Amino acid sequence: MKANDKSADVIIIGGGIMGCSTAYRLAKEGVSVLVLEAKEIGNGGSSRNAGGVRQSARDIRELPLAMYAVSNIWPTLSEELDIDVEYVQNGNLRLGKTEAHVTALTNLVKKSTSVGLDVRMITGNEAREICPYMSDEVLGASWCPSDGHANPLHTTLGFYKKALEYGATFATGIQVFGLQKVKGRVRQVVTDDGIYEAQHILLCAGHASRAIANTVGIDIPVERETSEVFVTEQMKPMFGQMLGTSDADFYGHQSAHGSFVLGGMGGLEKFTSNYYGDETHNVTLPKLSRGVIKYFPDLANVKIIRSWAGQYDVCADGVPVIDNVSEVPGLTIAFGFCGHGFGIAPAVSIALCELIMKGKSETIDISKLNYDRFAAKG
Amino acid sequence: MGIIIRTKHTQPFIPQPDDSMIICRCEEITKGEIRKAVYDGMRTINEVKRYLRAGMGLCQGQTCQRLVLGIIASESQISAGELGHITGRMPVRPATMDYIGKSTEHSEGVERYESK
Repeated sequence: MKANDKSADVIIIGGGIMGCSTAYRLAKEGVSVLVLEAKEIGNGGSSRNAGGVRQSARDIRELPLAMYAVSNIWPTLSEELDIDVEYVQNGNLRLGKTEAHVTALTNLVKKSTSVGLDVRMITGNEAREICPYMSDEVLGASWCPSDGHANPLHTTLGFYKKALEYGATFATGIQVFGLQKVKGRVRQVVTDDGIYEAQHILLCAGHASRAIANTVGIDIPVERETSEVFVTEQMKPMFGQMLGTSDADFYGHQSAHGSFVLGGMGGLEKFTSNYYGDETHNVTLPKLSRGVIKYFPDLANVKIIRSWAGQYDVCADGVPVIDNVSEVPGLTIAFGFCGHGFGIAPAVSIALCELIMKGKSETIDISKLNYDRFAAKG
Repeated sequence: MGIIIRTKHTQPFIPQPDDSMIICRCEEITKGEIRKAVYDGMRTINEVKRYLRAGMGLCQGQTCQRLVLGIIASESQISAGELGHITGRMPVRPATMDYIGKSTEHSEGVERYESK
C-alpha cells in the first residue's frame, strides 16, 4: 500500500494484540490488510496486562479458545514469530486464604473439569511444595499444571513485526469516528484522516469499539474498568508459576528478566476524578503491595521500579463478543475481553481469520460468544 | 504524535561500525539493537522500549531517552518530536513493597473499604 492509498481488502480497527495477530494471519493468507490505530502499536491492554496464559478459572464459553491456544499455539509461538515471547508453562496457582475462598475455587475447578481441563484443588502445604515462598496463610489453591505466562510486549510486537513482513500495512495516529454502509454492506471507515474503504472491516479496538459499533446501530454492553500493574527490580529465579488469588488481591508472575510483574485493582478507582484515564491511583499500589506481602512475605523488601494503569473492556456477562454482525454484512467484531484477552489472543485471531474469510469459525468453537446474546432481564 | 505509516522494509539491514555501543546502560541495549528494532517496524520510543527494554531499567530512561529518540529519528526519518516520550511512572525512585505498602496504611477510607 502506498502512503496515500486508503483502501484494502480488510481494514482492522485497533492495533492491539487482536488486531496485530489477525493482521498477521490474514496477510499470511495473501489478503491485503490495513490496520488503523489511534495511538501506538499495542498501546492499550495488550502492553499493560500481566502476561497470564491461563485456562483455569475461565468461563467455559471462552475455554475452547484458551485450551486451543495452550495446546497448539503457545508452545511454538517464539519460533513462529522469530522473537522470544518468554512463554513458560509451569502451571497456575490460584490461592485461597479462607474457607470461603477455597469453596469458590472448588466450584471453579468443577466447572473447568466438566469440559476436560486438567485442574484440581490442592492443600496449602501442597501449594507450598510447588512454590516454597508462599506464606502459611494459604489454606488451599487450584492448580492447573498446563497454565503459564508469557511476555505480552514481545508477543504483541512480534505479531506486528510478522504482519509487516507478510505485507500488512499499519497506520498509527488515526482516530476512527465511525463506520458507513454502502449498498447495505459496511464499506467505509470515517477517520480524522478522511475516509478509508475496505471489503471487510474488523473492529477490535477494546473499549473504544462500542462507540464505533454504535454508528452502524450495534450496541454491545461493554464498560471500562481500570486495573494497575507494577514491576519490581530483578531477582534470582524464585517462582515459575502464574499466580492469582481467589480474592483477586493480585495476580502475576516472575518474568524471564527476573522482575516480578504483579497487578490488580485498588477498589477505589471508580470513585476518583480521573477514572477514565490511564493514570495510576495513589491508593492502588500500596494496597497491591500489602496484598502481595501477605501471600509472599519474602517479597516485602523487593523494590518496585514502576507501575502503570490500563483499561479492561468489561463485557456485561464476563466474556467477549467474537462474531460476524448479521445486520451489518462485512463487519466482524471482537471486543469485551474483560482483562483476560492476552492468553487467548493467538487463538482468537484464528477464529477471526475464519470469520472474515469463510464466514464462520471452524477450528475453534466460539458459538457462545455471539454478539446477539444480550437481553435485559424481565 | 502524527500519522505514521508502517510497511514492510524493502532494503536489507545494514550494520554500522558503532552498533555495539551501549546506549541504555541499565538494560545494556546497544545502538545496533535499537537500529534493528526500527528496521523491524518499531517507530515510537514506547514501542522500542517494549521491544527491547531500553529505558525500562532502574533509571527509567532518564539517562538514555534522548539518545534512543535520536537513533529512532535518524533511522526512521521521522522527527524526534513526533516520536513521543517515555511515560513517567510511579514511583519516581525505586522503593520496597513494604515501604509503599505502608504509605497509605493509616488512611481511614482505605482501611474501611478493605475491611468489608
